[in-house]
Amino acid sequence: MSIVNAVIQGILLGGLYALFAAGLSLMFGVMRLVNLAHGAFAVLAAYGALLIVRTGALNPIAALLIIVPAMAVLGFVVQRFILQRTLGTSPLPALLVTFGLSIIIENTLLLTVTADQQRLNLGSFDTAAIALPGGIRIGAFPLAVFVFALVVLALLSLVLSRTQYGRLVRAVSDDPGTVQLNGADPKLIYGFAAAIAFGLVAVAGVASGVQTSFSPSSGSLFLIFAFEAVIIGGLGSLWGTMLGAVVLGIAQTVGAAIAPAQQILIGHLVFLVFLAFLPGGITRQKALR
Amino acid sequence: MLEISGLSAAYGQLTAIRDISLTVESGGILAVIGANGAGKSTLLKTIAGQLKATTGSIRFDGADVTALSTHERARRGIVLVPEGRRLFGSLTVHENLQIALSAKRSGVWSLESVYELFPLVAERRRRRAGDLSGGEQQATAIARALIANPAVLLLDEVSLGLAPAIVGQLYDRLPLILEQGTAILLVEQDVAQARRVSDEVHCLLQGRTSLAGKDLDLADISRAYFGAEATA
Amino acid sequence: MTDLLSRRSASSTQRVSRWTPSSAVGTSAGAVLIVALAALPYLINLATIYAMIDLFVLLILASTWNLLAGFGGMVSVGQQAYIGLGAYSLVTLADLLGVNVFLAIPIAAIVSALVAIPVSYLAFRLVGGYFAVGTWVIAEVFRLVTIQIPQVGGGAGVSISAMSGFPRDLRIAVGYWVALVCVVVVVGSCVLLVRSRFGLALTALRDDPTAAATSGVNVDASKRLVYLISAAGAGVAGTLIAISTLRVQPSGVYDVQWSAFMIFMVVIGGVGTLEGPIIGAVIFWLLKQALAEYGSAYLIGLGILGVLFVLFARRGIWGLVSRRGRVDLFPVGYRLRLPDQTRRKQ
Ligand SMILES: Nc1ncnc2c1ncn2[C@@H]1O[C@H](COP(=O)(O)OP(=O)(O)OP(=O)(O)O)[C@@H](O)[C@H]1O
Ligand SMILES: [Mg+2]
Repeated sequence: MSIVNAVIQGILLGGLYALFAAGLSLMFGVMRLVNLAHGAFAVLAAYGALLIVRTGALNPIAALLIIVPAMAVLGFVVQRFILQRTLGTSPLPALLVTFGLSIIIENTLLLTVTADQQRLNLGSFDTAAIALPGGIRIGAFPLAVFVFALVVLALLSLVLSRTQYGRLVRAVSDDPGTVQLNGADPKLIYGFAAAIAFGLVAVAGVASGVQTSFSPSSGSLFLIFAFEAVIIGGLGSLWGTMLGAVVLGIAQTVGAAIAPAQQILIGHLVFLVFLAFLPGGITRQKALR
Repeated sequence: MLEISGLSAAYGQLTAIRDISLTVESGGILAVIGANGAGKSTLLKTIAGQLKATTGSIRFDGADVTALSTHERARRGIVLVPEGRRLFGSLTVHENLQIALSAKRSGVWSLESVYELFPLVAERRRRRAGDLSGGEQQATAIARALIANPAVLLLDEVSLGLAPAIVGQLYDRLPLILEQGTAILLVEQDVAQARRVSDEVHCLLQGRTSLAGKDLDLADISRAYFGAEATA
Repeated sequence: MTDLLSRRSASSTQRVSRWTPSSAVGTSAGAVLIVALAALPYLINLATIYAMIDLFVLLILASTWNLLAGFGGMVSVGQQAYIGLGAYSLVTLADLLGVNVFLAIPIAAIVSALVAIPVSYLAFRLVGGYFAVGTWVIAEVFRLVTIQIPQVGGGAGVSISAMSGFPRDLRIAVGYWVALVCVVVVVGSCVLLVRSRFGLALTALRDDPTAAATSGVNVDASKRLVYLISAAGAGVAGTLIAISTLRVQPSGVYDVQWSAFMIFMVVIGGVGTLEGPIIGAVIFWLLKQALAEYGSAYLIGLGILGVLFVLFARRGIWGLVSRRGRVDLFPVGYRLRLPDQTRRKQ
């Protein structure tokens, strides 16, 4: 029974990881850029929420109304003024710059908010749970995050397949030069993609801050989890990413049930097994859907 | 309407076109001819903004557009159908056409009227563009450019790799496009084909204008086309 | 000790004879420098000598990371896997198995290269940015597995007793000489490798993988070889860290910060050049001596400087001072440039 419970908790955890992974996957799909500062920006958002919660009367959820737009703007600006300059045939400059950004963010946080573990508090919602037969308890907040992730991915997938912006995103990932010949500016398309990705990572960072504690150096693990979800799921597919995130979540929670405190290592190992035997991921799709 | 004077452009150190001047009037057509590597595509890319001009100017509707970026030029109506078609392979034909709506130009050309002009494209609208035949791709590329309601349509080697019958079909559409007041600047390697659609030709040789004018003599053209060795 | 000295001079004369006449001048200058460096422990204080070991470690790390990224086109954020593996191999060999500590160094390098073989088969399934994160995950796995091994101290780490036979002064001097030998061998091998026919193939590969493949360069095998060599180099660096600090801790040797430092040195110096990483390592070492006590502020400074270099001086310091720098210092092919220049840069 504890395994069933672990699987359920893992699926819910997968919702959180999907939020982390969607932004990474989107930015890679649009501009072939792997943002190594992805996790650091999530941590930044969590600290932003903490700041708002501490000063004002807002709870972490309400703080999202400020944090998400702020992070989206930040994403747009970072893309336009920094990342745009690194795009090209070689992935090296973009990797170096985003890795540099992650170090800058992490150490700036260390200087300003110390290395202490922090947590965002939601009061009674934190511990609220739905009791199922067999002693299984489904936390209200993880469930909400999972549902939210499903809704967000569905929306994003709808935007990509149905709207003009979505078509432009797919076109620009095929051939940016020709998109420009048709009167659209790839830089703007990239900028909005970065804004969406940063908005998503802000939600993920805050949600994670409610579920577990975080510190300035939590960013690397966030990045790694997002990456593992993307690769397990298969590049270029949003639903694959969701699936990959759920697989990773289950691997970790079941792993923790089997070998306490080893969940992260077990998650990595499951990722490596997928890499070895299913390198294309669960779904194999060329185009972003 | 499109006025180019003293235009040069380079790939790095290599100057590919030098001191080119030409004009195309609204509703008019001009064919640029020349051998492989003469600089025809380079000329069109420079006009469209994909390549920076090193000297000279491009004036369009009285305004200097030399410094504008490619998408800004497209929004003003300078639209290129690039060499090799360059469709978005993972999008459907219909989506390819929709992309050009981003130029935000209104005019006679809409999805419906373009499909009417190219029934072949209309039939294939649900297909992935990457799966089309060469002729279908070329028709789609022209259709896509029309959606932007171009004031000047730049066509780069429409006939490349296509059967003569298909080429004929595509060229048959040009008068219908010109009728709407659109100017066409087209690049063609096939001199006979170029002369059939346009009285006026502009011949490039190693990046320079070797001959330009109306109703030219075929012997003059072939000299200008192949350079000095043809006269020897 | 005299033994070490003679071994070193033997190897350097050998290298002179193998080099072309044009580089003989530079090499003799290098040989003089090496001899001078070898005499240093007799001339300056121990604290400086101790700090110099750190410089040698950085030189090895920068040169091998540059080989990997600058010539092999593989941006790894996981070379700390092999630093840790090297350090722990040394502890295991010297302390647990009783192997001579100097012999343990080359063995640890070989162990690193051998382990890198299966790892490469996994990591090479990923390319570009995902390769970078993938190598990081693998390094994390190494760390998390090491923590499980009580024989080497688990998460707390382990002290090294193999060097305890030496008095402190001599121990530091010996550590220094060993590190000097290692740096000469590793950096020398990198230079020879890049100048060899294999190096030419690598450069071709970096500039244009498809063309290189069609003209007979075995892409996968070449990249794998570079990966193994870099792993061996990082392993050597790990052994030197172990010998000089006398304590190996998982959180230290497997720290991703090593990757940050490697990247910083190579970017500042000039990626894809032979000279760049050396310049970068020296500058980084000087900065570290002067500013490391500022902790986070220092790291922020490094981050900003690194980002500025990538954005505005992509060829690094070597590229700025030398016009005759190699082609395009980033692995961007010239062939790809023109048709695709408009692809992402407009
Ligand atoms: N992307 C590029 N990078 C470098 N040189 C180029 C590039 N494109 C064209 N060139 C060079 O510029 C010159 C002109 O090329 P261009 O493509 O304009 O010729 P063209 O007249 O269109 O030839 P074709 O009829 O074969 O299409 C040629 O010498 C060519 O080698
Ligand atoms: Mg051409």
